Amino acid sequence: MKRRVFFSIMVVCLIATLTACKAKSDSTVGTDVSNSSGDLIKVGFSQVGAESDWRTANSESMKKTFSEENGYELIFDDAQQKQENQIAAIRNFIQQDVDYIVLAPVTETGWDTVLQEAKDAGIPVIIVDRMVNVSDEGLYTAWVGSNFELEGKKAAAWLDAYLKAAGKGEDSINIVDIQGTIGASAQIGRTAGLEAGVNEHSNWTLLVKTTGEFTQAKGQEVMESLLKQYGDKIDVVYCENDNEAFGAIDAIEAAGYKVGLDGDMIVMSFDSTNAGLTDTLSGKISLNTECNPLHGTRVEEIIKTLEKGETPDKKKYVEEEIFSFDNSVPSVTVDGTDYTVTQVTQEVIDSRAY
Amino acid sequence: MKNRRLKKGINSSTFLLMITIILFFTMYIAGMIIYSDNGFAKPQMFLNLLISNAGLIVIGCGMTLVMITGGIDISVGSVTALVCMSAAYVMENKGCNIYVAVAISIVLGGVFGIVQGYLIAYLDIQPFIVTLAGMFFGRGMTAVISTDMISIKNELFLKWANCKIYLPFGSVNRKGVYQQAYIYPTVIIALAIVIILSFALKYTKFGRRLYAIGGNQQSALMMGLNIRKTKMQAYILNGFLTGIGGFLFCLNSCAGFVEQAKGMEMDGISAAVIGGTLLSGGVGTVIGTLFGVLIKGTISCLITTQGTLSSWWVRIVLSALLCFFIVLQSVLSSSKKKNSR
Repeated sequence: MKRRVFFSIMVVCLIATLTACKAKSDSTVGTDVSNSSGDLIKVGFSQVGAESDWRTANSESMKKTFSEENGYELIFDDAQQKQENQIAAIRNFIQQDVDYIVLAPVTETGWDTVLQEAKDAGIPVIIVDRMVNVSDEGLYTAWVGSNFELEGKKAAAWLDAYLKAAGKGEDSINIVDIQGTIGASAQIGRTAGLEAGVNEHSNWTLLVKTTGEFTQAKGQEVMESLLKQYGDKIDVVYCENDNEAFGAIDAIEAAGYKVGLDGDMIVMSFDSTNAGLTDTLSGKISLNTECNPLHGTRVEEIIKTLEKGETPDKKKYVEEEIFSFDNSVPSVTVDGTDYTVTQVTQEVIDSRAY
Repeated sequence: MKNRRLKKGINSSTFLLMITIILFFTMYIAGMIIYSDNGFAKPQMFLNLLISNAGLIVIGCGMTLVMITGGIDISVGSVTALVCMSAAYVMENKGCNIYVAVAISIVLGGVFGIVQGYLIAYLDIQPFIVTLAGMFFGRGMTAVISTDMISIKNELFLKWANCKIYLPFGSVNRKGVYQQAYIYPTVIIALAIVIILSFALKYTKFGRRLYAIGGNQQSALMMGLNIRKTKMQAYILNGFLTGIGGFLFCLNSCAGFVEQAKGMEMDGISAAVIGGTLLSGGVGTVIGTLFGVLIKGTISCLITTQGTLSSWWVRIVLSALLCFFIVLQSVLSSSKKKNSR
């Protein structure tokens, strides 16, 4: 008797799983049909996860670019911050015979084996955002990401132009650098950009470099101790992302100083998130240099180049804008190239994708 | 009557195993039918399940052993991270060769096994608490060794990691190129461990002692079994398996960093449970755990292949499966009690 009960339970459960599988197949019939009818380019994209606004904007950009209307079939996989998931996903993409693999690696290391498998299968791999550290550069076709050092140089060039325009070009300027997480490529590049600027100006002094770990809490904590140490000697606070800037601004205001171009301290920031630009609009952040997450179009350019049988550039930087509170500096020049500085308005914020 | 009860006892454990195996094949065959265009029918797709999960299979086997004794080990994820980090550190920063790294990995796992086993078996501390401490310790030590990501560039290591063993069959891809199916040595090691352990559990005294202790500690004691020693042995063996599994994991990821293998203990436990191991002990097979790992791999594979579903659905499906198996287990064990009355 008992055994018969179990058996029936088991059968019911099995039927349930089977029907679940069936239901799944029904929902995918639509894509299967379009798949076989058109010559869609199949792209497998392994994303790190969805940990920040920046990351979400990055995923959205990919999904928008590689849509069926544009002639692509995108297989999107969220790795939930786990490298082993990304490795498994890439293996899956290879077996699905995708035409291109796009990888936003969660870590820089550990890609030798699986990229070799992709290479053996003849599938080009395009890396976005973070770089991969592999023994053979030939394992990936191209890389798309931000030029963090250029971001830093742009910010330094703006500071120089602004001070000259305000008639303070010869004054001595004290700068503090609230760095990102030490070792992150964004931190290394942005610090290097600032240091290059400081070296060019004998009247600029870099008082201290200390890490705010890219977080608001740590940014505030660091700024509080810097204010105790240097007080109103500080002229410029160079924060390496928006979150640190929010913390630093809180600390500065709590200490009774005024931030902004007409205040006691100028706060400069990076990333240009929505919240960051809102603070730029109100003048709390004087300059916000963008870190562009919209990699989709660049990746598509590379794929189009490859489709034509040409070799794309190994490294491709995304275009990044500069946003400032006022319009005293229309453009900055870094290494002979001009970059427009955009004055932030509500329309600018509204028109942005993230 | 006696005969019937005996039959029943065998049934409940093989019954759970059967369900797992049937479930796996149902899912996989359904996947092959639905996604045959997307390469699901290729033999390599199945082999990839083994390749990507070789480390987890070995770790899941160790987990099965301790779960059969009625215990649990939640430190395995951290130990894996520690093993990867240590192996990467000694090879890249200290210039040691790969054999030293292998030895360190296994010894590290063994040390964890001995210390945790001693605390659990001889000092009668709850396995959960002991291994929780082990979990924190392992993760902490990983960060102490290095907070950087260390990429392993040791030549011999990469040779091992990239050593494809081609099999005498293959498939043709969309461009019409024939690709031979392959596995890595890690798969062979993992499967060998599964086979050895499943024989050991079935035919050795040690294996029988494990089941006896997990089934009913009191009667095992009265039978004159050395419970403490057996438990200790189980945890030590589990430790060594974690060390080996960690190294296999490392061969797959080629790197060491703090965040590695986070939550792997839960993957191991869920694989064992899906594979028919009772949380209360006494029932379980490593073959079942192997299929548990494969089921987990198949679910994520199906969802990646589907392409538009969020990969968090893997967790949801897994949780549903876990519920199903736990309910089934409790039904089985309650009926067992009634029967033996």
